[in-house]
Amino acid sequence: MTLLEDTKYLEVEIWRGDAAGGEFQSFQVPAYESQTILDVVSWVQQNTDPGLTYRYACRVGMCGSCAMMVNGTPRWTCRTHVKKVADGDRLRVAPLRNLPIIKDLATDMDPFFDKWVAAEGKHHPSKSREDQIEQIDPENSARVEANSGIECINCSVCYAACDTVAGNPDYLGPAALQRAWTLYNDARDAKKQVILDAVSGTGGCHNCHSQGSCTVHCPNELNPMKAIAGLKRETAISFLRKAR
Amino acid sequence: MLDLRLYMMQRLSAMFMAPFVLVHIAVMVYAIQGGLSTEEILGRTQGSVFWFLFYATFVIAVSVHSAIGLRVIAHEMLKLNGLTLSVLTWGICLVLLFTGGRAVTAVTLL
Ligand code: SF4
Ligand code: SF4
Ligand code: FES
Repeated sequence: MTLLEDTKYLEVEIWRGDAAGGEFQSFQVPAYESQTILDVVSWVQQNTDPGLTYRYACRVGMCGSCAMMVNGTPRWTCRTHVKKVADGDRLRVAPLRNLPIIKDLATDMDPFFDKWVAAEGKHHPSKSREDQIEQIDPENSARVEANSGIECINCSVCYAACDTVAGNPDYLGPAALQRAWTLYNDARDAKKQVILDAVSGTGGCHNCHSQGSCTVHCPNELNPMKAIAGLKRETAISFLRKAR
Repeated sequence: MLDLRLYMMQRLSAMFMAPFVLVHIAVMVYAIQGGLSTEEILGRTQGSVFWFLFYATFVIAVSVHSAIGLRVIAHEMLKLNGLTLSVLTWGICLVLLFTGGRAVTAVTLL
């Protein structure tokens, strides 16, 4: 690539490889006024190396598919401005932490979603289609608690930020546990005890160290750490009830 | 590596330990103020059912609490698993029970 004299360039390192291993490759990418990390990655793929593999869909922070490690921190790349996170003019983009790599910047999200299911993070219907629709009072305290987690976009940023996931691969992780907590507080969910049992095993909520990386990094400003504290409280209460 | 049962055991043992630590420290500070000798201290603790129960419960709580705490660290940092992890957890618990138990009996039994 010929560099233009009057253009500013970013020094971008992008991880290239697959599950077997790989290394960082350097690229020079023209710097623009308003530019996201995803713009930078797309520019490389469109102008320098069409073989670069990465994942995105919506580009507006809705779909949760574009998360990557940027200078060591997990971020949603479509909503992260280069100016905010570049180290001078340097960027280092890597696949999301704590997940198997498929190729380059694309990780295998299966373990992340499998854990949602394992945490019973799925709806357990309490009514059939013949029944009246349940009236939900938005002011109800359980509903308020449930609402606080429903904006999760499944981006796995919190999962990548969690040191407990890194140390204990069985740990269900912040997003799945937050989902379990949301459903536990949902009046329409019929299997509260099933949820509590699902989050009480060796990979369950009790492994969380409450250091809050998940909450610090969640791009939607959700608070999985608080949701997990709620699960710990409810499981402890149900444990003491059973012991009596 | 913590399920609900281990978590509860660790929290409950911590709940016991907190007041024990405070009483232990308070009594030590109080006891040495007048310059108490070893004999004088042992004279009061040996044969005392109260101090026996106090320190015996303390030792049990400490053994349970530390064994579970170290189990988590061993799993997350050293990647120990399965039988090795169980043996380590129980081993730590038993060593602490044994050494602590020896100290308690030496100080409180006649
Ligand atoms: S608070 Fe819990 S879930 Fe969140 S990053 Fe820390 S250990 Fe993981
Ligand atoms: S809790 Fe936040 S960081 Fe975690 S998956 Fe949901 S939106 Fe992403
Ligand atoms: S591309 Fe959809 S959230 Fe970033």
